[in-house]
Amino acid sequence: MTALTMTARPAEDASLRPVPWRRMAWVTWRQHRIALTGVAVFLGACAIYVWINGLQLHHAYAAAAACHPAASPACSALSSGFHVGAFLLNGYNLQAVPALIGAFAGAPLLARELETGTFRYAWTQGFGRSRWTLAKLVPLAVLLAAAAGALSVLLSWYYQPSFAPRNPALFPLPMSTFAATLFDLRGIAFAAWTLAAFAIGALAGMLIRRVVPAIAATLAAYAGLAFAAALYLRPHYLTPLVTRNVFRYFLSPPGSDYVVRQWWTKGGTTLSQSTTDQVINSTFTRMMPVAHSSREGAVAALKQPTNVHVFHYLTQHGYTQWTSYQPPSRFWPFQWIEGGWLFALSVLLIAATIWLVRRRAA
Amino acid sequence: MNVVEASGLGKRYGSTWALRECSLTIPAGHVAALVGPNGAGKTTLLNLAVGLAAPSAGAVTVLGGRPAGSLAALDGIAFVAQDTPLYKNLSAADLLHLTSNLNRRFDQHYARARLAELGIPLKKKAGKLSGGQHAQLALTLALARRPRLLVLDEPVAMLDPIARHDFMATVLTAMADDGVSVLLSSHVLAELERVADYLILLARGRVQVACEVDDLLASHRMLTGPAAEAGKYAQWPVVHLRSGEAQAHLLVRAGADDPVAPGWEAHPVGLEELALAYLREPGAAALPGPARSRHADVSEVTK
Repeated sequence: MTALTMTARPAEDASLRPVPWRRMAWVTWRQHRIALTGVAVFLGACAIYVWINGLQLHHAYAAAAACHPAASPACSALSSGFHVGAFLLNGYNLQAVPALIGAFAGAPLLARELETGTFRYAWTQGFGRSRWTLAKLVPLAVLLAAAAGALSVLLSWYYQPSFAPRNPALFPLPMSTFAATLFDLRGIAFAAWTLAAFAIGALAGMLIRRVVPAIAATLAAYAGLAFAAALYLRPHYLTPLVTRNVFRYFLSPPGSDYVVRQWWTKGGTTLSQSTTDQVINSTFTRMMPVAHSSREGAVAALKQPTNVHVFHYLTQHGYTQWTSYQPPSRFWPFQWIEGGWLFALSVLLIAATIWLVRRRAA
Repeated sequence: MNVVEASGLGKRYGSTWALRECSLTIPAGHVAALVGPNGAGKTTLLNLAVGLAAPSAGAVTVLGGRPAGSLAALDGIAFVAQDTPLYKNLSAADLLHLTSNLNRRFDQHYARARLAELGIPLKKKAGKLSGGQHAQLALTLALARRPRLLVLDEPVAMLDPIARHDFMATVLTAMADDGVSVLLSSHVLAELERVADYLILLARGRVQVACEVDDLLASHRMLTGPAAEAGKYAQWPVVHLRSGEAQAHLLVRAGADDPVAPGWEAHPVGLEELALAYLREPGAAALPGPARSRHADVSEVTK
């Protein structure tokens, strides 16, 4: 049937050196170039959008900051221009970027092989399946993290006006350096979160072995981790500083301290929240009996500068207000801490994925 | 050299043993056929041999003692899995390049010449090939690696008769030209008769028969005689008894020289017939090796 003959078999290499790593570079590129192109287009589109909005934002900020007198109607009109980029300004939308990269680049990586059965081909080649997995995960993780890092440089520039010194009459809402939805878009955190999302996706794909459920699981796991980090971990990266009787509700300047907790004491004992409310409420009612009668109204009114004398009254009568906070100078230490543990987590997840590939086949 | 050596090999999924106490030696230079009903553990055994699955018990080595799944083992084994999975979105040329990058050896010249001969365009995506072409492409990728052992899991189950014939012809040519040993699983018994010279029968996760086909055929006979006297052979190693009104057919383990009782006739058996008889009697076993001759028993019967 066939006239084809094979050339003589090459002599067996006694040392049996493994297939060189660089050969996997082509394989990884050829198999994931579409995903990588997709990520590049997605991040590119984000970058263009941020760039255009950022120019407007910076322009509006410069105009508003230069306006005198600040309280004039003309200046108020300028400050509304500052909100042009409100879609991005709060940072919520951009939180999805690392999650989407992790879900659509990370989760299908192994899940598709397992779902379509091609792992039976890939993992029986001479390269070896642990090395195959490593040679795919690591370069892709590095590339994606680098691309996200590039975008976060742009984001850091975009959000500069949010943290710059402001005219309080124009921008009454202070922006903390540690604002939950902005902290992880700047510095090294954005790249680290993207890396973690990719690692979560890869592991989810290996565990679940199906593309669509793995994508869903990745999004869910990432959201859970991001919420937990913002709510429970980030405030405690370093022991908060504690100060007393500063009434930070209204004295805190923009871009400044991140208040972790506030509480009152009297004579060395900490007051419970309900006692505190009660004391403030009764003091308030005694001092301004007409203005407010409800508890909610009283507590809310404490945030108004006109009510500062209520605090003074309380402190003169043996009460002390304590505030634990993170100063803005800790921004970079916090970035390194967050980047560090996310990097460690990613390494751990990738190692677990490779371990599973070794163990849990077929 | 033995291409596969298993000792006490077992694989458990949850609480079910897919393969149990499998001890097996397959010498090099054969086309070894792994036969058994669905769920007998064929795919499990092959997955263990190529290192896709890890044993729950025992051990398996390949190509003269290389641990299954090790880099040294993968280097010498090419595996074509059931339904021949390949990346559907890659062209044949890309798959050649991919496979050559993933292995120390890859005979591009052979692979391209074979695809040309088969009429498989290099630019066509694997997902657009016909079933037969797809299987041939997977086989070509495997053979171009110049393996010493080719492992095929149900390679022809999905193919039409012509594609099936062409596929097996490619395997046999490679075996003749390159001395590659072959281990294939199949339940297409008719196909095996033509290609296999070593037979492994699996039933319910255990090895029933593991033997060279020639020895196996030489050591089994089909006896035909009066149904009423079928009981006489009760103490013989009867593999399978098929009894009608008047006549009974017994597949027994006996050589050509073994005497036969008066009124009975002995015929040689074919591989398909023999495999079928064993498959119908999962309890019967011909291990290890061919049966010893049973002159003593036969003389008793002839009295």
